Amino acid sequence: MGLNELTAHEMLAKIKKKEICSHEVVKDIFKQIECFEKDINAYVFLDKQASLNQAKARPAGIPVAVKDNICTKGKPTTCGSKILSGFRPPYNAGVIQKLEASKAVFIGKTNMDEFAFGSSTETSCFGPTRNPWNLKTIPGGSSGGSAAAVSADQAILAIGSDTGGSIRQPAAMCGVVGLKPTYGRVSRFGLIAFASSLDQIGVITKDVEDAALLLNMIAGHDPCDSTSVDLAVPDYTQVLRAGVKGLKIGIPKEYFGRGIDREVEDSVRNAIKKLSDLGAECREVSLPHTEFAVSVYYILAPAEASSNLARYDGIQYGYRAKEENLLDTYFDTRKQGFGREVKRRVILGTYALSSGYYEAYYIKAQKVRTLLKKDFDKVFSRYDLILTPTSPTPAFNIGEKINDPLKMYLSDILTIPVNLAGLPAVSIPCGFTASGLPIGLQIIAKPFNEEAIFKCAYAFEQNTGYHLKKPEIEHK
Amino acid sequence: MSTIDINYAAKLARIGLTDSEKGRFAKDLSTILDYINKLNQLDTGQVPSTSHVIKLQNVFREDKVLDSLTTDQALDNAPMKDGTSFKVPRVL
Repeated sequence: MGLNELTAHEMLAKIKKKEICSHEVVKDIFKQIECFEKDINAYVFLDKQASLNQAKARPAGIPVAVKDNICTKGKPTTCGSKILSGFRPPYNAGVIQKLEASKAVFIGKTNMDEFAFGSSTETSCFGPTRNPWNLKTIPGGSSGGSAAAVSADQAILAIGSDTGGSIRQPAAMCGVVGLKPTYGRVSRFGLIAFASSLDQIGVITKDVEDAALLLNMIAGHDPCDSTSVDLAVPDYTQVLRAGVKGLKIGIPKEYFGRGIDREVEDSVRNAIKKLSDLGAECREVSLPHTEFAVSVYYILAPAEASSNLARYDGIQYGYRAKEENLLDTYFDTRKQGFGREVKRRVILGTYALSSGYYEAYYIKAQKVRTLLKKDFDKVFSRYDLILTPTSPTPAFNIGEKINDPLKMYLSDILTIPVNLAGLPAVSIPCGFTASGLPIGLQIIAKPFNEEAIFKCAYAFEQNTGYHLKKPEIEHK
Repeated sequence: MSTIDINYAAKLARIGLTDSEKGRFAKDLSTILDYINKLNQLDTGQVPSTSHVIKLQNVFREDKVLDSLTTDQALDNAPMKDGTSFKVPRVL
C-alpha cells in the first residue's frame, strides 16, 4: 500500500508515532499522479518540486489539492477558462490562508467545469476529467477534478466549491465524501464568484473523519468576506462517535420515484433501513416545492453569474482579443475567451435581469426561493436531518448529456434545493451499481448543524464500509 | 414556446456570438425557459422574496489603514499596461 492511500487521520497518527513524514506521502502522491494523471486529468496545475520542498519544510503537513476557482498567490488560477489563462492572483483566498496556518502542503489545482458551470467537468478548457471508477464516465461536476483526485489517491484531501451540488454530486459519482457547509460557515474571500448567494467552499475527502478534520481547518469567520458568519467553530472531530440513537430523520417523498435510477433508490432505501436499525427515527416527510427548485436555480444562478462575469472584459487580467476599439475588445474577448456553456448561462442570466423580464423571472424566482426555504424550515422544526439520494443517477458517459443543457441541469435536481436554502449537506458512499459505479447518500441539516451531519455520516460509514472500496483504475 | 431575442441579450451581455451559436442558443434557451415557466403555476402574490439566506447587515470594522495591493501587484496580470495604468484600445 502506498502512503498516498492513507486518509489524513491515518497519516497524522503515523506522523505522531514518527513512522512517516509528509515528504514521503507527497512522493507517493506524485508517483500515483505520474501513473494515472494522463488517464484521469484531475489536475490543471502541478509543481512537484515546490510541493516536495513545502513537505520537507512541513514534516506534519497534510497534502491538499485545491479547485482551480480558489485564488492561490502566485500560482495559476484559471477557473478552467481560456479567459483567465495566465492569471496568477496577487493574494491567497481565505481558505488558503487557513490551510497555510495549518501547515498543509499544496499539491496542485484541480480541474473543473469552466467557471463551475456544469455537472460533469466536461466544459473545462483543459479537457474533461475522467471518473477513476470507469474512465468512459464523467466524474460529476463541477468539482470533478477534486473528487477524482481524492478517489484515485492522487491527493489526501481536496477543496471544492458547491453552488448547486458541485461538491456533493461529484463526491457521489466518485465514491468519496463531499461536504458543503452552511452558507457563511467558510470564507468565500478569494473564491472566484459564480453565484454569490449560493456559492460555498467545502471539502472532499476519503472518509467522514477527514471531512471533519478538513472543515476544522477551513471554517470560521473572515473579515474579508462580509457574508462570513461570526460564530464559534466547534471541533467537528469530537462529535463523530456520538451515534444516531434518537436522531430524528425526515425522508422527503419528493426525492424518490420518477427520474431516480432504480439502483440508486434501492441503495438509499437500504441506507435508511441501516440507520433505523442503528437507532435513528426515520419518517416520511414532504418538501412540496421541490419540483420548482431547478427552475428557481436556473434563473438566480445565471442572473448572479451574468453580473459576476461582467469583470472578464480583457482589461485588467486574463485573455484580451486584439481589436481596434474598446467595445469590439469587450465583445471579442468574451466571444473568444468564454466557452459555450458560459456564454449560454451569461446570456440567460442577462435576459432574466433585463428590462421587462426582471419581475417575471428574477423576482418570481426569489419568491419561490422563499417557499423552498420555508419547506425546509417546517421539516427542521421537527427533525434533525433529511436523507435523500445525492444524484438521480450514477456517473453517466462522457458526451452523453453535453448537447442537452436541460438534461444536464436536471443532474443536480436533488442537490440544488440545499444551496437555495443555504443549508449544510454531505454526500457519502452508500453502495454500488451492478456495473461497479458508486452511489451517494445525501444528509442535510439545518443551518450551522454540521455536527448532526457528522454524527449520522460517521455512524453509517463505520457500520457499512462502502468508503473502503477503491477503484481499480485502468489505463485508457 | 418561449422565444428569446438572442441578438439583444448578447448585446446587453457584451458577448459576440457566431451565427451557429445564435441559432443553437435560441433553441436551447427556449427549451430552458419553457421549463422555467412552470414557476407560473405558483401564486406568489403574498410571498416575500429571498435574495439571500443569511441576514445581510452592514459590517463595520475599526477605521484603521490596512495593507492593500501595490500598484505593481494590481497591474501584474494586465494584458497591456503603460506605467502605472491599464492600457486600453481607443473608446471612439
